[in-house]
Amino acid sequence: MKLSELPLGTPATIKLVGGEGALRRHLLDMGLTPKTAVMVRKVAPMGDPIELHLRGYELTLRLEDADKIEVE
Amino acid sequence: MIFALAGNQNCGKTTLFNQLTGSNQHVGNFPGVTVEQKEGIIRKHSDAVVVDLPGIYSLSPYTKEEIVTRDYLLSGKVDGIINIVDATNIERNLYLSMQLIELGLPMVIALNMMDEVRANGTSIDLKALSEEFGVRVVPIAAAKNEGVDELIEAAISTVERKRVPKRLDFCSGAVHRAIHSTAHMIEDHAAAAGVPMRFAASKLIEGDEPMLIRLKLSENEKEMLAHTIDEMERELGTDREAAMADMRYTFIEGLCAKTVVKTGQSKEHERSVKIDAVLTHRYFAIPIFLCIMAMVFWLTFGVVGALLSDWLEMGVAAVTAAVQQWLINFGTNPVLRSLIIDGIFAGVGSVLSFLPIIVVLFFFLSMLEDSGYMARVAFVMDGLLRKIGLSGRSFVPMLIGFGCSVPAIMATRTLSSERDRKMTILLTPFMSCSAKLPIYALFTAAFFPEHGALVMILLYIIGMVLAVLLGLLMKDTVFGGNPVPFVMELPSYRLPSPKSVALLIWDKVKDFLTRAFTVIFVASIIIWVLQTFDIRFNIVADSSASMLASVGRLLAPVFAPLGFADWRAATALISGFTMKEAVVSTFAVLTGGNLQVTLSSIFTPLSAFSFLIFTLLYTPCVAAIAAVRREMNSSLAAAGVVLFQTGVAWAVSCLVYQLGRVLLGV
Repeated sequence: MKLSELPLGTPATIKLVGGEGALRRHLLDMGLTPKTAVMVRKVAPMGDPIELHLRGYELTLRLEDADKIEVE
Repeated sequence: MIFALAGNQNCGKTTLFNQLTGSNQHVGNFPGVTVEQKEGIIRKHSDAVVVDLPGIYSLSPYTKEEIVTRDYLLSGKVDGIINIVDATNIERNLYLSMQLIELGLPMVIALNMMDEVRANGTSIDLKALSEEFGVRVVPIAAAKNEGVDELIEAAISTVERKRVPKRLDFCSGAVHRAIHSTAHMIEDHAAAAGVPMRFAASKLIEGDEPMLIRLKLSENEKEMLAHTIDEMERELGTDREAAMADMRYTFIEGLCAKTVVKTGQSKEHERSVKIDAVLTHRYFAIPIFLCIMAMVFWLTFGVVGALLSDWLEMGVAAVTAAVQQWLINFGTNPVLRSLIIDGIFAGVGSVLSFLPIIVVLFFFLSMLEDSGYMARVAFVMDGLLRKIGLSGRSFVPMLIGFGCSVPAIMATRTLSSERDRKMTILLTPFMSCSAKLPIYALFTAAFFPEHGALVMILLYIIGMVLAVLLGLLMKDTVFGGNPVPFVMELPSYRLPSPKSVALLIWDKVKDFLTRAFTVIFVASIIIWVLQTFDIRFNIVADSSASMLASVGRLLAPVFAPLGFADWRAATALISGFTMKEAVVSTFAVLTGGNLQVTLSSIFTPLSAFSFLIFTLLYTPCVAAIAAVRREMNSSLAAAGVVLFQTGVAWAVSCLVYQLGRVLLGV
């Protein structure tokens, strides 16, 4: 399942981080690595971006970028 | 002895920098606040300098901040690294530490926010952490100035004894083999390029292009490298970048499992989640944000700032009167007296009266920023701004623009991307600033008494619509290419420390005063000369004969297609360049009293509206242009903004006037 499709508040584990270049590297650097536990905490008022909870902190990213992350 | 202060964003790095140096620098929770390099001398150690590096999460070669940091750390100027780590967010913070260790420089870790950690009942085994990492770890609480003296001691002795990190190997298996064979192969190249071998090897495995170029590998060696990486990727079933990130995080997870004992959730984090349940609520977030901003604007422009401004104005008036009296008593030449009083005192004084407003506005904004709220605003508003190719982070400066362009342009410094910052600076002046209100008030009263409010709202909307249109245009042309991805940390809410807020305000005051007594000072003298003398440098009795009026007459025909080819309008617009309120005062001087009657002889309602649009859009005032010049670090860019805005203003006013003529059948 894509991270962008993950329902709010459901714990999941990252399977694969797709994309390329600066964005992908940044996602990996921020701790979005395979096997990491992640949860979608919130959706912004305009439906995008989303707020994630991982590794004990909060991270926000846009849906189009969350599309590139596979979770289970 | 030079120390580099490196760490993530929002880990208290700037607070620590202030504690180390007592210098003035802004503390921010808003990601990306430290774009420039700042340095200061460590207190009580006059031979030790600390350089504040940008807040970064990794040493990848992609963002400007990361490249600046890498280049500086590899420049050979650095004797030691002080790596600040947020203990409440230790996993992600140590990710950068692992890369810093590979640089092989003497290093200490400052484990910050230990007060919060202790209060939460979490314990961190500092000795074990230090041994596992091979780096000295000093617990501190930067905001409370706890442990900072010990940190300074530790940092200086680490450099004096040249204690480099004891351990470089954090990996095993395939990654370990790949790094080792690569390190062996590039040893000579790394030495020749002046790059630590281990760091170079890791970066090559990650696929770091700048490092590959820097090392000047032969074709044969490049092939061997590719082969090594292929093998590693095949063995791990993942790609090189993910493999390296995974290796680091896996080590950190193991390390934290051994050294960090958590008994409960972090109170600060739980509190933040609760606050966010309201402040970034799906439906309430935007109304709450609007209320907060309305409050800030009301307090700034309506209550505190206005009151302080009035006081300052009275003070300036009193000083002016005293100086004038003294000059008269002393028997000074009237021309010199006019220069000092009507030129310098009037010019600098009128700008000076903005100081309290700017200070108060910045006080509120820095409270919102340092508390962590601005990151939430960016989160909430991103959806709106991405449509014009910007991110949520640009929202705040644009909003401030409705108050005053000067602090708005200064606030763009919080944007981490150069592209976003430039674009935001260019678009911000289209938000009608509060100094234009007197012009709108004068003209709507004279020409649209029935529909005053409507015309004003229309002007604000025209400004915003143009900003959106230009944003759309620039997105695909000048500022094409990839916008920086909007991947941003939402830091825990924290109460800003009074010291950092005080330092910030002092910084702004100093900054503003410097500008008032340099740029504004000179500009005031120039305007005074232009309106006091005629072309042959004879003193004029009436300003209609002055050089300024001559220039106005010369320029007037330019405004013919806009419907107001009058020298007084042109002159008013020129003096509006010093400050927008001057448009009104110039009209008052040039028309000699009966303002409304004279105005209706110069303008028709249509050309008055065209004039209003021109004042809405044309070049920002001198103070704003000076801010643009400083923030973009380019006089050319500042001149460009003047021409660009004036061009847009001319085109739009012309369009409105000509269309209006056709529609109204004039």
